[in-house]
Amino acid sequence: MNTKLLGAFAAVALLAACGSGTEQSSAATGGGAETTASGPRPGSQEDLVANIGDRVFFDTDRSSVRADQRTVLERQAGWLARYPQVQVAVEGHADERGTREYNLALGQRRANSARDVLVASGVAPARIATISYGKDRPAALGSNEQAWSQNRRAVTVVR
Amino acid sequence: MTLPGFEFTRRRVFAGAGGLVVASLLPDFALGQGAGQTTVIDVTRARTDPVPIAVPDMAGASPDAQRLGRDIARVIQANLRNSGLFRPVDRQAFIQTPELAAANPRFQDWRVIGAHALTTGRVEESGGRLRVEFRLWDVLADTQLQGTAFTAPAAQWRRIAHLISDVIYERLLGEKGYFDTQIVYIAESGPRDRRTRRMALMDQDGENHRFLTDGSFQALTPRFHPTARQVAFMSYFRNQPRVYLFNLDSGQQQVLGSFGGMTFSPRFAPDGRSVILSASRGGDANIFVVDIASRRERQLTSGGSLDVSPCYSPDGTQIVFNSDRGGDQQLYVMSADGGGARRISFGNGRYATPVWSPRGDLIAFTRISGGQFAIGVMRPDGSGERILSEGWSMEGPTFAPNGRVLAFYRETAARDARGGGYSSRLAQIDIAGFNERQIVTPTDASDPAWSPLLS
Repeated sequence: MNTKLLGAFAAVALLAACGSGTEQSSAATGGGAETTASGPRPGSQEDLVANIGDRVFFDTDRSSVRADQRTVLERQAGWLARYPQVQVAVEGHADERGTREYNLALGQRRANSARDVLVASGVAPARIATISYGKDRPAALGSNEQAWSQNRRAVTVVR
Repeated sequence: MTLPGFEFTRRRVFAGAGGLVVASLLPDFALGQGAGQTTVIDVTRARTDPVPIAVPDMAGASPDAQRLGRDIARVIQANLRNSGLFRPVDRQAFIQTPELAAANPRFQDWRVIGAHALTTGRVEESGGRLRVEFRLWDVLADTQLQGTAFTAPAAQWRRIAHLISDVIYERLLGEKGYFDTQIVYIAESGPRDRRTRRMALMDQDGENHRFLTDGSFQALTPRFHPTARQVAFMSYFRNQPRVYLFNLDSGQQQVLGSFGGMTFSPRFAPDGRSVILSASRGGDANIFVVDIASRRERQLTSGGSLDVSPCYSPDGTQIVFNSDRGGDQQLYVMSADGGGARRISFGNGRYATPVWSPRGDLIAFTRISGGQFAIGVMRPDGSGERILSEGWSMEGPTFAPNGRVLAFYRETAARDARGGGYSSRLAQIDIAGFNERQIVTPTDASDPAWSPLLS
């Protein structure tokens, strides 16, 4: 059981690394590392982070889901199909290189784009809420392109 | 050059329950004497030499009155200096004592140390009430320009100092001042991935600071009502990003409108009866106006673009906003009913956060270009663009009520992956592009909004 989870986690980490183009998000690392000993509860946020990937990344000032990110959302949809009781919120974010109010709108549009892919992949719209935090909740705290590429994101969070 | 006539009318200044009374003093004066040498200057010129002014401590009969007289004079002097339009004369150079000057200024003593204008005053304090007699003298023309008496509860001594500062500003510069005002803003603390953002209120000089929200929910983008003690802001109360109205006296807040999704970027209409804002229902953001009394909402823009940061012209007939409808973020002006939007920004880069000057003649904005942010102004038709300040990150300009000064916030970049070195601070700058100063706040700060004149 444990080996299998570790194997799955390693595969996800590689995919995430490809996806962001730079480095794996700290949330994915933390969630996986903490829970591999006993294994995350199936259908939980930790399970999503460790085994599927909770986030997709966007290009600067863009809100369409990149081709290389789409598979993460499709796997999320498959995961949500396994746990039909789970409800999620998709949180949209922007990097710090825009104005606050515009980035709130941009984050909302990113959350909505990710949501649309989930719905197109079979998730019932009523299970998905969206919210934007604009540039005000960065995942990476540096002021460089590497940090910004991690902050232009939509994160799926179990409610 | 002639001076405008004095006002002899007695007027009441609204100051909440405190009750502040202003009366004109001794309407004796000699107009026009020494014409051409008076200190009244024209600030519509792009940049003027600061007016040298002597602000001695006000006189008082008791130690308490003397202390207040000194404190009031120091606040006035700081206000005038911070405007960049006055140069207070060094107190070490004063020849005549404040007590004697208050009784009868010897103009020669003030001229010889380089002052063009002089303020004198006398403070009486009894039973917690304050009476402050204030006079403004043109020492080049040997005339009294203004004499005013203020009475108020002693706790309001700072307001008296700000009101006097505004009188001096208006008499010498010929336009209204902005010192008797407040700034509402967002106080930020904690690491940026878990930031606490509280709405806070302070006098324009940073004093009388207090927090309006407790940090249990995130608050953003507060804006003052044009007349009432009310602020519109965006709150994540119960994790629902919505525009709220906040009563500054009671602290009560109520959600505005019944939109299904996020509402944000609120601003009051000039008449204070409605709020214009952006609402996201899907992946778009459109502009709506919400009538405060009836809560009726009306949609002004439509389509899939992001239409954000709307702001009325001071006459209420037009709206400036930014939109990505043309591909990237630019400024547009449309009529107040939502029709006839036309793009006005055509410079290099993206344009955002437009605000219309209370004077109607300028629109201030944020520009993002070549990896730098800038604060600038342009005419409402998009002509005459001028950049006032530029740096790694700055945004969110707000006009002082006289349209002469902008406040905004300026950020510094993180130096490391943990966010070390990042800061966010309030600044102000003259619209002619000089005298940029930091507005000191207890913590990091963002989203300043300048109040109207309080009286």
